[in-house]
Amino acid sequence: MALAGILAGCGGSGDQLTVSAAASLTGAFDAYGEATPGEERFSFASSGQLAAQIRQGAGPDVFASANVAYPEQLAAEGFAEPPVLFARNELVLAVAPDSEIDSIGDLAESGVELVVAAATAPVGEYTRELLSRLPADLREAVKANVRSEEPDVKGVVGKLSQGAADAGFVYSSDAAAAPQDLRVVELPARLQPSIAYAISVLADAEEPERAREFVTGLLEGPGREALLEAGLIPASEGA
Amino acid sequence: MRARWFPLVLAVALFLALVFLTVPIAAIFIEAGPAELLSSLGNEQALDALGLSLLTSAIALLVIVVIGTPTAYLLASRSFRGRSTIMTLVELPLVVPPAVAGIGLLAAFGPSGILGGVTENLGIRLVFETAGVVVALTFVASPFYLRQAQTAFESIDPSWVGAARTLGASEARAFVTVAIPAALPGLLAGGALAWGRALGEFGATIIFAGSLQGVTQTAPLAILELFGSDFDAALALSAVLVAVSAALLAAVKIVTPNRGGPARGTLA
Repeated sequence: MALAGILAGCGGSGDQLTVSAAASLTGAFDAYGEATPGEERFSFASSGQLAAQIRQGAGPDVFASANVAYPEQLAAEGFAEPPVLFARNELVLAVAPDSEIDSIGDLAESGVELVVAAATAPVGEYTRELLSRLPADLREAVKANVRSEEPDVKGVVGKLSQGAADAGFVYSSDAAAAPQDLRVVELPARLQPSIAYAISVLADAEEPERAREFVTGLLEGPGREALLEAGLIPASEGA
Repeated sequence: MRARWFPLVLAVALFLALVFLTVPIAAIFIEAGPAELLSSLGNEQALDALGLSLLTSAIALLVIVVIGTPTAYLLASRSFRGRSTIMTLVELPLVVPPAVAGIGLLAAFGPSGILGGVTENLGIRLVFETAGVVVALTFVASPFYLRQAQTAFESIDPSWVGAARTLGASEARAFVTVAIPAALPGLLAGGALAWGRALGEFGATIIFAGSLQGVTQTAPLAILELFGSDFDAALALSAVLVAVSAALLAAVKIVTPNRGGPARGTLA
């Protein structure tokens, strides 16, 4: 059975739906995958790296990105069908349980160790957008405390869980799912970037019908439940 | 006439191995034309990463050679209880996945690691620091040098060191003036292999030290990030790394004496 799965994966043939998805969708999509009748093979990474793989010819059936820009670019370049918005999320500041950080202003203190995601990951882009809305002096002080730019949001959560860093910007859904107790500092609404997840069926999907079913299930079926369960906001909830 | 199928099988196997191992390397140079290579030299992130990789791997190599050479000599020149256990322990990083090495380093030297308090009291910060990169590189690359150096010391004719001793030289003097020069080709080869491994290190570095341009972002980490944003720059940086690694490998071939071709005796 497992062998069959591996062989199907190698040949790209048969019954498996291959899904490339943003790292922050790991929990939601794993749960959705259990609820669907068919089998999916998920590849979770930074949306930017997944988009780059697709441009290099790696052909999943479906691409779910933590932003709208990447699937839209792929659609414009002919790699994918026009994307559908399916979820929203929020940025929060996750801090170690024993940390004294209580607000974004505390991040400017010298000695604070802050981790963010690299700019190629949407969460890194959202983080930069959020920081750009801070007053210039605060923004520069916060930026000076950035000690690492992790490839994706899981790297940020990992550094925080290990107590290696004091604080990091993550999605609220990641903070909720973190194995260790991370304390969440909510951020003012005026700083929040608009975080929208979009999904595309790839132009040369081998299973286009199942790919569309997967997208539909995400909008109104078990996938919607899985998103809610994982702490994301389904698009139909309204913005 | 007897079937000549076996030599054919060998030739086909060689052909498959050669194609499989060379095509991805060749593809980097075919896709990264001279124009991309040149333009990437203007990519600040790529240059920073390359400079940091050369610096941290050179420091790691220095540490490995200074501590590894006497260690290898001890293991090669004495037999004692527990020797084979120790040899297994020092070779362990060779088979441990790099990500596991990173987790282990965090669990040992991270702020909440078992030795985290000790390093902190000494004022040593490793996580998110260039020093942490050096630690990660040293950890994963050491066994490559230790193994090669131990073999080199073991293959010295023991009567040479013995002769030096009977002529009145102390063991330290015999080590420096006889053993090291005699083992030098093997030591250089081990150093080059360790350096190559350090240059390619990825998993332990990102998990233990993080990734920040100019501080902890080595060339392999920059390649991952550039892959998502600027594929040409990622290709070009890859090409530079291939060239450096190939030069190291060539250096190994040159300093390692050719031991007379295939070992016919073992097949006969």
